[in-house]
Amino acid sequence: MSGFARHRTSRSIIANFTGFEAELLRSLAAQLVELLRNEAAVPSEATDPFEAMMDFSGPTNEPEDPVLARLFPSAYADDEEASSEFRRFTEGALRDGKSTAAIAIIDGLEDAGLPQELTEDGLHFDVELDEPTAETWMRSFTDLRLALATRLGVEDGDEDYWHSLADDEPEAQAHDIYEWVGYLQETLVEALTD
Amino acid sequence: MSTASPAHADPDVEETVTPDEITFLAKPWVTIVWNDPVNLMSYVTYVFGKYFGYDRKKAEKLMLEVHEDGRSVVSTGTREEMERDVQAMHEYGLWATMEKQ
Repeated sequence: MSGFARHRTSRSIIANFTGFEAELLRSLAAQLVELLRNEAAVPSEATDPFEAMMDFSGPTNEPEDPVLARLFPSAYADDEEASSEFRRFTEGALRDGKSTAAIAIIDGLEDAGLPQELTEDGLHFDVELDEPTAETWMRSFTDLRLALATRLGVEDGDEDYWHSLADDEPEAQAHDIYEWVGYLQETLVEALTD
Repeated sequence: MSTASPAHADPDVEETVTPDEITFLAKPWVTIVWNDPVNLMSYVTYVFGKYFGYDRKKAEKLMLEVHEDGRSVVSTGTREEMERDVQAMHEYGLWATMEKQ
């Protein structure tokens, strides 16, 4: 595939996906939604049952899952209490926003022609995005890349390591997908700047 | 983002305080974006331009600071303003924190 590009006359942002690529992207987005919903964003360690029932606010502790911890970092490096307060008021909205953005990718792919069950070989179709939707996809690509990179343990300057792995190693394949989403995101940034 | 203007400064402020110091006093908090191995340079530049309204030159300068120095102060303001900025950076997937300068 050639990534996203701005259409000269319609100004919409278009990419051609194979069924396989679209299916892969949908599956990544769906996993992110699952993760965002899985480890519930609920207040922790409520001391009093009544207090717990009356507390509709967000979580105060850093998430246990490293991906979620990266997606929702502590806002104050040296102030745990202030970080907890910040988290209480922001994490719920941030989770919803990221989940909504990932769902926009799934919906966009399905609207463009990705069937619920991919059976057909050789399927490919254009995905056409208006500017706000393209921005949402771009933002969500960051979340997908952060999730993949955290699971893989990606670090600065480790390209040689990844390229030294045998092609059929699961880690190498996951890293290829990480790079592919990075490529998609890069073309999306370029198209939005164009 | 607004810039504190000496014209709007508290009239009781001592006259020996310079405009720079007034700005400093009015905007004691900063938002810091930290380097990470994942975010694309083009994306980080885009976010700084889009969210803060910085021109391309300033957005690129801040992005390069993040990339090369490991961190960059991307905005200054009140505590409430910085909480908004940090939340927005987290929305964009950038690793941001705030502190008192």
